[in-house]
Amino acid sequence: MSNLMSGARMLMECLVREGVDCIFGYPGGVTIPLYDVLYDHPVRHILVRHEENAAFAAEGYARTTGRVGVCCATSGPGATNLTTGLVNALMDSIPIVALTGQVTSKLIGSDAFQEADTFGITRPCTKHNYLVKNLDDLARVIHEAFYVASSGRPGPVAVDITKDVFQGQGHYQPVASVHLPGYRVITDGHTGQIRRAAQLIAESGRPLVYTGGGIVASAATPELRELVESADLPVVSTLMGLGSMPSDHPNFISMPGMHGSYAANMALQSCDLLIALGTRFDDRVTGRLTDFAPRAKVIHVDIDPAEIGKNRAPEVPIVGDAKRVLGKLNKLVAEGPPPDEKTAAARRAWWRQIRQWKEQHPFDAPTSDTEIKPQHLMAEIDRVSGGRAVVCSDVGQHQMWAAQLIRFSEPRLWLNSGGLGSMGFGLPAAMGAQMARPGKLVFAIVGDGGFQMSIPELATIVSNGLPIKIVVMNNGYLGMVRQWQTLFYNNRLSGVELNGFPDAEKLAAAYGFKGKTIDKPGDLAAALEAAVEEPGPYLLNVKVSPHECVYPMVPAGSAIHEMVLGPPQPVAVPAK
Amino acid sequence: MLQVISLLLENKPGALMRVTGLLSQRGYNIESLTVARTLDPELSRMTIAVEVDSALRQQVIKQMNKLINVLQATDLTEAPAVVRELVLVRIRMPQETRAAVLKEAEIFGGRVVDSSTEGFAIEATGAPEKLNEFVDVMGSYGEIEVTRSGALAIALEAKKLKLQPPVPTRAGGRVEEKVV
Repeated sequence: MSNLMSGARMLMECLVREGVDCIFGYPGGVTIPLYDVLYDHPVRHILVRHEENAAFAAEGYARTTGRVGVCCATSGPGATNLTTGLVNALMDSIPIVALTGQVTSKLIGSDAFQEADTFGITRPCTKHNYLVKNLDDLARVIHEAFYVASSGRPGPVAVDITKDVFQGQGHYQPVASVHLPGYRVITDGHTGQIRRAAQLIAESGRPLVYTGGGIVASAATPELRELVESADLPVVSTLMGLGSMPSDHPNFISMPGMHGSYAANMALQSCDLLIALGTRFDDRVTGRLTDFAPRAKVIHVDIDPAEIGKNRAPEVPIVGDAKRVLGKLNKLVAEGPPPDEKTAAARRAWWRQIRQWKEQHPFDAPTSDTEIKPQHLMAEIDRVSGGRAVVCSDVGQHQMWAAQLIRFSEPRLWLNSGGLGSMGFGLPAAMGAQMARPGKLVFAIVGDGGFQMSIPELATIVSNGLPIKIVVMNNGYLGMVRQWQTLFYNNRLSGVELNGFPDAEKLAAAYGFKGKTIDKPGDLAAALEAAVEEPGPYLLNVKVSPHECVYPMVPAGSAIHEMVLGPPQPVAVPAK
Repeated sequence: MLQVISLLLENKPGALMRVTGLLSQRGYNIESLTVARTLDPELSRMTIAVEVDSALRQQVIKQMNKLINVLQATDLTEAPAVVRELVLVRIRMPQETRAAVLKEAEIFGGRVVDSSTEGFAIEATGAPEKLNEFVDVMGSYGEIEVTRSGALAIALEAKKLKLQPPVPTRAGGRVEEKVV
């Protein structure tokens, strides 16, 4: 029969049918049969320089496109190196499929060379995982993996495949359907609850929409805008949801939480109705949970039933896909009567209050004549981007400043490690993003700490011609840890000084592209523009004032209205 | 409080690990766990007794239901259900108390499964609390060793099992849109 092929080829056949056009990976002993197929296969393989970055790059691809990202690694150390990326994708609900090689099935359990219990190790790191020891199972499992990764609440799926499965010969039969009888995906939302939600919205004098990554995952931006505009609702968005409402939209307040804006946090604490959409009441948003949004009735829409009531018991629980639920809700809101005069007056007062909060304490981007303020750097990137660039951030202070100050006109432009907070994410994520959107301006904004976790990938960037603009916000410290040591540990700076940062120009030159270090505020605009003008990749090392802290800040364990607004004197804002 | 959960799950490699892993990962303490095949050899029935804050009971069930190999997770803590356990007790005691031990065992519905000059092996089934008493009583007669099966539970009301239908894959020839 003509469809007799090796397991490795069958795997690639499945990937092609799932629409995969590139894989981020690193080969090893047991995956050589797979790489032999990749040798002349149309699916592009991007050779990373460390497996963790293969997972991050696959996430970057998935976060940019909404499609499943794919990474692969060999058995043992290859697989264990993937795990940080898997957990990262799990925490942020990002659909990726990780393919790992395993030793020959007969050797499993014998402590063979490069054997690790990948199936056991990746179990808590994934939404679901598989071990394929039989070629007959391979095609079904691969299609199941893609279905599980991309449906419901998206997430990572790991598939461990033994070497003999790659090498075995079998007949490929297209798998027309997968059957997972215990895997429930609830998308529609309960009509009665949606009706109740519409009624609460109509009655609320101080409503607030609180959106998260679920809006991005379900591509619900048009429905969200319709709701927000038709009912004139103010919106805050979590770190993961940035871009789901255009940052410039008049109804958009900003990001709430530990480093959220004064207005966003005060709005949360003062609203009487909280419409939570695709978000999980994360501790970085809620602060002290018992004092979070204390006056609000809560409508909680999420596709994951386990998120509803996990941290905050809602008055109106709605399990469903945000896009579908909002579609129904919008209809009811449009059909319903407009708010009565008393409610309308309350709404006007609410909006006045919110605008006042916004004006009182906007996110600050101070500048200086002598040193580059990190906020100034972000404001300049924002100017150059104009809300259109893909911005991949690493983890730390720069991440918060970027989230505060860079605007996004649409979803899937802002990529960062939200839940897990994995340093070293930004640069490889940018590789995935640039692979997915070749013509797009892609920034990797990284700290000097995270960048040094990713330096090996400069070779990947160069060898694949990825014109990523790497901007290092270099303050010489692991800044976020330093900030906590400064504020809460009597400034006893321990283990946070990053001495020995390489010469950026020489480093980039060593890899064959351009780089530059700047430290004068006057050079910033031109240097960023030059980086963007450069056809290839660019490494811009920006030395910023080293002791800046991110504000506002809600100290751990505080309620979110108990913000520290700025450096000189901690200002506790009393709750109304 | 002690929560009793009945799980119906696919009898697949790693399914047990997913359940126990979930419990430890989320900080719930397993009191007992039993698992065996059902009439359908592809399915297993698991009874888990887990020590959990009562406010978190729903959360445990929801997390269980999210596991792809779990077909149904049911909270039997307050539902109409029968909860039973098997205990095996080996007791050594002086000759003169043999008759008394047998009498006590009978009160608890225990059955002697082995007898020797040194003592007995006795099996008993019942509600876990009842068996606690049985073990205490046996212990008062001599030196005992105890093995317990852990709680087994069955709901008295049938709960409808909602299984998901097959879903089509992209291998069926659907054309993938190209991202620009």
